[in-house]
This record gives sequence, structure tokens and C-alpha cells, in this order.
Amino acid sequence: MKIKLFYFARLKESLKYSTEDLELADSAEAWTVLKLKAHLAKRGDVWGQMLMGKLKVRAAINHELVHDNAPIADGDEVAFFPPVTGG
Amino acid sequence: MTVRVQTEDFDAGFEISQLRKARKDIGAVVSFVGLVRDLNDGDAVSQLTLEHYPGMTEKSLAAIITQAQTRWRIMDALIVHRVGTLQPGDQIVLVLVSSAHRGDAFAACEFMMDYLKTEAPFWKKEATPEGEHWVEAKETDDDARERWNIKH
Repeated sequence: MKIKLFYFARLKESLKYSTEDLELADSAEAWTVLKLKAHLAKRGDVWGQMLMGKLKVRAAINHELVHDNAPIADGDEVAFFPPVTGG
Repeated sequence: MTVRVQTEDFDAGFEISQLRKARKDIGAVVSFVGLVRDLNDGDAVSQLTLEHYPGMTEKSLAAIITQAQTRWRIMDALIVHRVGTLQPGDQIVLVLVSSAHRGDAFAACEFMMDYLKTEAPFWKKEATPEGEHWVEAKETDDDARERWNIKH
């Protein structure tokens, strides 16, 4: 399945990515936010530090804040970012 | 009910007059204006840059207004949030709430700011004499939001 990914703030700067289209292989175990983070963390040190390290990472699917166990479906827009600091 | 994300400054007085226009049943308008300070956590701040998630930001702000509407009797609400590069003393955010009586507008305005601080996808980066850094989220902001969920 295909998803669209977005990164913001510290993640965007460190990963040097703001957006990408990603193809995820079908598997028996459904894709979740946590599984996607672990998958991306394999790309290298900075990816592991940013997505699976000590820093808090928030995720959104189709513009809704979600938890790590939220399922990801074909065509979803997934975003990773640090805790928000607006206002 | 209106939300706007913009680089331009806003005029709270003008926005209040727009909110009041053509209605004679409003008894109270409460406004909150957030400003850029030149000092944060002991660092001198010379500039602030605000990034956001276009699309999600607007939906998130609209959802915050909807939640406030389910809890208080409010007539209208407006949220304006600026993005881009700001200087100390600049306005960042405006929240307006109108209602028949002040109690609902005061509570809804504070609720909306507490939710905005913890749910709307904005991120601040500060420029200081030591360089630039991303502002860390504060636990006190989470606490401020959570108190609205305590059942009395």
C-alpha cells in the first residue's frame, strides 16, 4: 500500500525530509504507527534517534492526532512531529 | 465561527467589531492576545519562527471551537494564529469568544487557549545569542489542559 508522509519542526530538520511517498509491503501483521516508526528507524542513526529514541514524537493520521497503536491504511497521510508549542 | 492562520498581524479591536456586527443579543466578548516575549526560560530571544502543519492546523482549531461550543453557551468564536518570523513584542495569537453572559465567554476562551497550546500543530523556534533552538513543550501546558477533564 501507498502512504504519504510528512515531518515537521525538529524532525524535518534532522531527517532532512519534509515529505515523501512511501510504499509499504503487505504483511500478515497490520501496519501501525509504531510499526512504521520502527521501519523508518532502520534507515540509519538519525532516523532511529528521531523516531525511536528519547525524544517524544507525536503522530497524526489524516490530520488527527493518534497513538502508537493506530492502524495505517492505504492512501493515508501520516505525519510525525514533536509535541506542539503554539499559542 | 472562524479560524485563520496567517503571516500578517491582526487588529483585535477590528476583529471584535466584526464579531459584534449585526447582532444585538451579545452580552460579553472575551479576548485573549498572546505575545512574543524577549525572554524565555532565561534566554534572551531576538526572533521567533513559527511553523505549522497546513490543513491539520485549521481542522484542529475548528475542532477546539466545536468542543468549546458543546461545553458552554457561546454565540461566536474566532481564532487567528500567526506563522512565520516574529519579533519580541509581536502578537502571535488572538482568541475571541462572544456569549450572552461573561461566565461562558471567560471559560470558553481559557479552554480554547489551553487546548490550542497542546493540540494545534504549531512549533516555535527561538533565536538567541547562543543560536537557534526549538522550543520544548511544557508539562504545565498539559496540566492546564487536563484540569478541564476533572469531574467536579
